[in-house]
Amino acid sequence: MEAAPENATQLLEALRQGDEMAFTTLVDKYQASMVRVAMLYVSSHFVAEEVVQETWIGVLKGLAKFEGRSSLKTWIYSILINRAKTHAQREGRYVQLSLDEDSEAGEPTVSPDRFNPADNPLYAHHWVARPDDWREIPEEVLVSHETLERIQQAIDALPPNQRMVITLRDIEQLSSEEVCNILEISETNQRVLLHRARAKVRAALEQYLRQ
Amino acid sequence: MTVDRLTCRELVELVTDYLENALPPEDRARFEAHIAGCHSCTSFLEQMRRTILLTGKLSEESLNGDSGDELLKIFRNWKKSNFESE
Ligand SMILES: [Zn+2]
Repeated sequence: MEAAPENATQLLEALRQGDEMAFTTLVDKYQASMVRVAMLYVSSHFVAEEVVQETWIGVLKGLAKFEGRSSLKTWIYSILINRAKTHAQREGRYVQLSLDEDSEAGEPTVSPDRFNPADNPLYAHHWVARPDDWREIPEEVLVSHETLERIQQAIDALPPNQRMVITLRDIEQLSSEEVCNILEISETNQRVLLHRARAKVRAALEQYLRQ
Repeated sequence: MTVDRLTCRELVELVTDYLENALPPEDRARFEAHIAGCHSCTSFLEQMRRTILLTGKLSEESLNGDSGDELLKIFRNWKKSNFESE
């Protein structure tokens, strides 16, 4: 049995030569993640699988023309998102995201009543009460299925642009550069969306973990 | 002259920039100086870090699809048409 190619360049080369192992390596690595990302756009798991399948076909067809200006991964996800958008449009679900617009500009991400008012003589703008120390929470509670479910709910409730950024960055672990390239947004904009998303998930967790 | 110190209310909005290494050096220094002297913000920063770690665990909650065979078929067809066409 051949060994799986070790790095991206070798993988790409092997793929171009029709190496099946290279292809299954890629599929194993990205398939589940791609289905989750497709689900950000389309309504069902079934359609998401279809989008991903089309993406693989697009990848194979485009291989000869792929010049490696972006990483293989970024390229695959760009194809994925284009296909997903097409499907979403067909379903009448796709609303052009104004990713460059921060509809919550200027709004604090932590409730203002958590801080002392400006006229507090000694502790203006300081926390009223110290946030809970999560290091004291047993690992099995913190990393339980229920906690993860609560996080997923919080993410599902986010505005689409925030949901997309946190899913790609914190769940799929893409780099900020990759996410900016795929979604075609600036680094600054990406950080704003990521911050808002993380802050909301944190707040949901805080509430959940206090019960 | 002393540099303006960050308030807790300001600090919480900078946490992602801090974790992403996107703060200019002076702001990073102010951030770290505040954290060093503030238990509340230390807890908050820790909560944000844990939130990120826990969110990452969602990737392990796998969606099971069984598309492997179908994809292999696609690959083999592609290979056939690319390598055996002449
Ligand atoms: Zn503080």
